Amino acid sequence: MTHSTDQIQAAIVETFKTLPDWDSRYKHIIQLGKQLPNMADADKTADNIVKGCQSQVWMTASLNDDGTITFIADSDAVIVRGLISLILRLYSGQTPQTILETRPSFIDDIEMTQHISAQRSNGLHAMIKQIQFYAIAYKMKLEQGL
Amino acid sequence: MHLNTPSHCTQSPVEPPAGFDAAAIRAQFPVLQREFNGKPLVYLDNAATTQKPRPVIDTITHFYEHDYGTVRRGVYALCEGSTRAYEEARAKVSRFINAPLSCGVIFTKGTTEAINLVATGYGRPNVGRGDEVIVSALEHHANLVPWQQLCKDVGATLKVIPINDAGELDMAAYKKLLSKKTKLVAVTHVSNALGTVNPIKAIIDEAHQAGAVVLVDGAQAASHIPIDVQALDCDFYCFSGHKLYGPSGIGVLYAKICHLDEMTPYQYGGEMIESVTFEESTFTKPPNKFEAGTPPIVQAVGLGAAIDYVNQIGLPTIAAWEAYLLDIATRKLSTIDGLHIVGTAADKVSLISFVMDQAHPLDIGTILDTEAIAIRTGHHCAQPVMKRYNLPATARASFAFYNTVDDVDRLVAGLHKVIELFE
Repeated sequence: MTHSTDQIQAAIVETFKTLPDWDSRYKHIIQLGKQLPNMADADKTADNIVKGCQSQVWMTASLNDDGTITFIADSDAVIVRGLISLILRLYSGQTPQTILETRPSFIDDIEMTQHISAQRSNGLHAMIKQIQFYAIAYKMKLEQGL
Repeated sequence: MHLNTPSHCTQSPVEPPAGFDAAAIRAQFPVLQREFNGKPLVYLDNAATTQKPRPVIDTITHFYEHDYGTVRRGVYALCEGSTRAYEEARAKVSRFINAPLSCGVIFTKGTTEAINLVATGYGRPNVGRGDEVIVSALEHHANLVPWQQLCKDVGATLKVIPINDAGELDMAAYKKLLSKKTKLVAVTHVSNALGTVNPIKAIIDEAHQAGAVVLVDGAQAASHIPIDVQALDCDFYCFSGHKLYGPSGIGVLYAKICHLDEMTPYQYGGEMIESVTFEESTFTKPPNKFEAGTPPIVQAVGLGAAIDYVNQIGLPTIAAWEAYLLDIATRKLSTIDGLHIVGTAADKVSLISFVMDQAHPLDIGTILDTEAIAIRTGHHCAQPVMKRYNLPATARASFAFYNTVDDVDRLVAGLHKVIELFE
């Protein structure tokens, strides 16, 4: 079975392939970062902080009637906002089952590991983990019919 | 946030030391010849760790190839030679900080371990319920958390010397904090987050008048400022080898002999005991009493080589070149729109902490990395300092004597690229 998440990841990788160097890829990420809708300040609470060392990342999750999860996230660093934008594009609006079955392979495919996510400090790995935790929690909730 | 105009900008320019050949010195550091993204490396994270010159690398390699053996444990030639080299390194450290006797110098794995050793070996027997320990608002976590935890465990109180907007200690407030209850003052010589050089001699003298002992965290000072522990009269002084162009995994604790004799061991193991039965053990004299197990032999020898290298150039010459770079960098960074220097003390080492209106420190560091410029971004393991300025993080460029004016210009160009991308 082909997940639509595969198509999303393929589209992300395709876009990055058209960008010749890391300067232009960063410009793209910064652009995405600037375009990411701001999270309401009221939601930027200590409870919603995804612990990261260098920049702050906040995230909220809500379960929709159709069984998908909507994630909203924000950061005080623009490049991190850009990366958040890519991750939300992949995971937000998916079902818990799909989220748990989807490895964020695009991170390796666009060679981001060498350039960005090697810095564990930017909190992105923590963010993906947090997304998976939400998926597990909502999956259990759905299975128990709550 | 209060960010002052650096005092440098109103003063006449600092002159470079006569005959200083930064390019020739830079050529002696192999890593600095590397390129990233097709651009020559500009290494400006020297407050985190320094690169190693050829003589240090060669000494380490030669030692492994010709001289390596255990220390203090054998009668054969390699062991004798290793022991001699290890103790010679200790003697070099002693001379470097003008310690009175070599046995006042303990090898640790770094400044952090040295501070923890004192917090445990001196702090636990000597600080009790109702007593007070004083630190400053400029401390690295390594010189804050060990004392905070000690105070929690024994029921003592931790007091903090505040800083002004420039990042200088409030000495009047410090004097008021001192009392008969003060058992120990633990203060950094130089702030890792802001570069402030503290008036350490005055701090020590005031503490001694109040009857307290003083530990100086010299991690950020030893590569910039000549240290004379006898002139300072400090009770404890510690620094790390890797910030002094030496290997990682080696640090120094200097302590007055009277303290070392009474301190309890920090770790137990081989070569720190006189006799052992199943019921009890007696311990050897310092320094061995505090160096349980096989010590970092090669790292100590490497540190000795680094000290030789630094001595050959001379710390006053190094400090003069770094002051020249700091002056140029401060002037050039001050002209960048939206850039604010954090920490504008009158007396600073060659370190500039800054923030920009246009970009988060992490964004700044990431874009500079694409230009092969290495700076530090974050809270610098000094979260209380960041809190004082109401900042989550800063960007920090820290210069060593192998940095050049060209490095400063590359940094400035990189920051203009940041503005272009984020504005």
